[in-house]
Amino acid sequence: MTRRLFIVNAALVAALTLGAASAQQVLINAGGATFPYPMYSKWFDEYHKKFSNIAINYASIGSGGGIAQVTAGTVDFGASDGPMNDTQIKEFQDKRGSAILHFPTVLGADVPTYNIPGVTAQLNFTGEALAGIFLGKITKWDDPAIAKANAGVKLPSNNIVVVHRSDNSGTTYIWTDYLSKVSKDWATKPGRGTSVDWPVGLGGKGNEGVSGSIQQTANSIGYVELIYAIQNKMTYGKVQNAAGEFVLASLAGVTAAAAGMKEMPEDFRVSITNAPGKGVYPISSFTWLLIPSKIADPTKKKAIKDFLVWMLADGQKMTEALSYAPLPKAVVAKELKAIDKIQ
Amino acid sequence: MSATAPTAFNARPSGRASAFWQRLRSGDDIAYVITLTCALTILALAALLVFELYMNSALPREKFGWSFLKGTTWDPVAGQYGALPFIYGTVVTSALALLIGIPLGVGAAIFLAELAPAKVSNGLTFLIELLAAVPSVIFGLLGIFVLVPALVALEPAIRAVLGWTPLFSGPFYGVSMFSAGVVLAVMIIPFIISISREVILAVPTEQREGALALGATRWETTWDVVLPFAKKGIMGSIFLALARSLGETMAVTMVIGNEAKIHQSLFAPGYSIAAVIANNFSEASDALERGTYIELGLVLFGLTIIINGLARVLVLTTTKKGAS
Amino acid sequence: MLSLRRKAVNAVMLSLTGVCTFLAVGTLLFILGYLFFHGGTSLTWDFFTKLPTPVGEPGGGMANALLGSAKLLLLASCIGIPIGFLGGVYLAEFGGSSFSFIVRYVTDLLNGVPSIVIGILAYTLIVLPQGHYSTFAGGMALGVMMIPIAVRSSEDFLKAVPVSLREGAMALGASRAKTIFTVVIPAAKAGLITGIMLNIARVAGETAPLIFTAFGNRYWSPGWDQPTASLPVMIYTYAISPYADWKQQAWSAGFVLLMLVLMINVFARMILSKRGQAAR
Repeated sequence: MTRRLFIVNAALVAALTLGAASAQQVLINAGGATFPYPMYSKWFDEYHKKFSNIAINYASIGSGGGIAQVTAGTVDFGASDGPMNDTQIKEFQDKRGSAILHFPTVLGADVPTYNIPGVTAQLNFTGEALAGIFLGKITKWDDPAIAKANAGVKLPSNNIVVVHRSDNSGTTYIWTDYLSKVSKDWATKPGRGTSVDWPVGLGGKGNEGVSGSIQQTANSIGYVELIYAIQNKMTYGKVQNAAGEFVLASLAGVTAAAAGMKEMPEDFRVSITNAPGKGVYPISSFTWLLIPSKIADPTKKKAIKDFLVWMLADGQKMTEALSYAPLPKAVVAKELKAIDKIQ
Repeated sequence: MSATAPTAFNARPSGRASAFWQRLRSGDDIAYVITLTCALTILALAALLVFELYMNSALPREKFGWSFLKGTTWDPVAGQYGALPFIYGTVVTSALALLIGIPLGVGAAIFLAELAPAKVSNGLTFLIELLAAVPSVIFGLLGIFVLVPALVALEPAIRAVLGWTPLFSGPFYGVSMFSAGVVLAVMIIPFIISISREVILAVPTEQREGALALGATRWETTWDVVLPFAKKGIMGSIFLALARSLGETMAVTMVIGNEAKIHQSLFAPGYSIAAVIANNFSEASDALERGTYIELGLVLFGLTIIINGLARVLVLTTTKKGAS
Repeated sequence: MLSLRRKAVNAVMLSLTGVCTFLAVGTLLFILGYLFFHGGTSLTWDFFTKLPTPVGEPGGGMANALLGSAKLLLLASCIGIPIGFLGGVYLAEFGGSSFSFIVRYVTDLLNGVPSIVIGILAYTLIVLPQGHYSTFAGGMALGVMMIPIAVRSSEDFLKAVPVSLREGAMALGASRAKTIFTVVIPAAKAGLITGIMLNIARVAGETAPLIFTAFGNRYWSPGWDQPTASLPVMIYTYAISPYADWKQQAWSAGFVLLMLVLMINVFARMILSKRGQAAR
């Protein structure tokens, strides 16, 4: 009886191992930012439909996770909305023996999204108001700092519940980068970073967790990437830009923010939050793929390079459907040249 | 000597070589060696676990020493690692779980052991032990979508009764240490019931009969005679339940709010050791940060070892079979 | 004559204990019912056969997670059960010394280790040196968790075999090994098999160790050295997300997982009680 069981077992193992392994399947593992996750998951799915032997498995573990795992070598490439700083780049160089390249993919926006019972209007938020809320200084929805920008909207006097990221996050980096630029209090402490010492608030894991938390908690406010608010039909507010206008996050606003950028640096690391100009949405950002400059496996290297070329052409046409703005043409041209740096 | 005849255990065949070969063929030594190897593998695994935890947490241990456990700010970006909020959250949620779970668990165990007829008792115990088999992530699922909204609805009532204490003050958002404590209580009750019931059943009937003969009511017999007799075993079950709740990860992280701060009120969000490891380990950006999560794992490991050890001692000395 | 107060206390307290039992049993029934209504009733064939769709697009299923969990459990069983079982054989048949006491104590120690710590161990020992997440790492982590449970249950059931059976075999001239493998183990068969089943059911729901070993995968995971999706991790990921479709799938997956685990438990205990032994 045990012998029969053993044979059945062995046959099952063989079947599962062989049957599920397709001869030429190239499986590439990637992980990182949740900010562009809806876009990446669509791209990788479309790419897999086009080239069925290439499967790019992207895990949305947060920008911090993307940076950590690509440095540890447990994923083939990472993704982050906060560019790696010099210390992290050096650490990658030391650990993996090659440089790490940043490749911008799309432009997105952080929006302040909220769940206030009875309020369906798109509220206007000044930079100081947002900083005050997240610092824990503004604690009620009907606080004058919020109310004065929203004449005509009946705000309840309920306590504000702040929701932020519990994990290391590029979305947090973009948000705190903006807050640091508009509020001196915020800039001193907590400052900007992928993970900060939040004065108040609940923690959610990933853009998904923050959106989920806001949906479940009345009187809450948090920051998520635009598409998460749209896909889940959540209310989000307008933010005051450097020119004083209250702008709702949109493709036009995000594109305008990038257009104001003077010159894209060689390594593609740049911040476009609080950009000057009319019609600009102030909490916009590029998001990057983090690709090692040396990839050992030739099939993977070719697959990744091919994907980048596809992404910069066909991929850019799919961004608007998911409310991400495509890259400016000058940036695309620069990136195509930079792909050659991957050896 | 025939090659196929079974060799008696103590047979002494002629030449030493053929003796050795015969013993080998009889399989005793092989069986002994193989099973011994497996037993040694278990020891090796445990040693490896302790070794890895200890070695990989060397960086933070050398850098921070005991202040790691006493600091209250956890800010990896600034290089500040104070683990007290996690220890606090772990202890508070487990304590709350025990506070709710012990009366309910021991109460049900008394009912099942003393009052219910044997068939009913066995049937109900079977159902309760099925509760112990429910995976943790399912408790988390129900926690988010059933328990937390229910607690939000019940909040005014709770506040009316208990709002005078600082423990139930402040705003309540649903996800909180209180919710985590309740979920943990549901998860540990089956363990308390199962073991306590066995322990109570093991109390000799003479003790009960003696008390009843002296005129005690059923309840008085149970409370004043049976329970003190079963005390050690019940304590053991409580320690076991505590050890389990300390290490519980998924259900807690889904309802505790994930905020690394110490709040007095149970209504406030918090964080536990297991939850922070699960959330942040894979994004630790340098060896030091990774080491801190491993050090937290070491702390948790140490805590559960001590408590489990106490539990085993208590339970083994009061039931005939050791508990599972 | 008993005072009224004592009678009252007696009645109240005893009924309270009944209430406690009712609450405990009721909770299980509530969980079953809720999962059935939220997950079971909307279970579709797609759930079992389709891969996940891109984020935000409704539809798709968890076929890869189901296969992934099956592979992980298979690998875990291949590691955990032989080592645990043979360790149990050692303790039951060759044990009795202080060395056995140490082994038993360490086994209990290992049993109490939180699953997240086992996950850390597998990450540092397998994922980091290998350089990638894999089904192998996840299977090993689960296997390590299975070992102590297997040791305990094997030892208990083997020890429950009457000494007379062993003595009878040896009196007929069988060697120790032959006695163990042809007499004792077959006699304990029912208990051993149920022990294995309960072990698998226990480990099937583990999520924490898989987060940093098997990682996750939106596609099929061929072979053993690629990351793989698994049912518990998918439930977790989908449950904390904002997408209504994902949350629905989390309920369905939760229902499937719970049904699997409970059915194995019920079946195992039925086998045991049929053989007249106490189910434990």
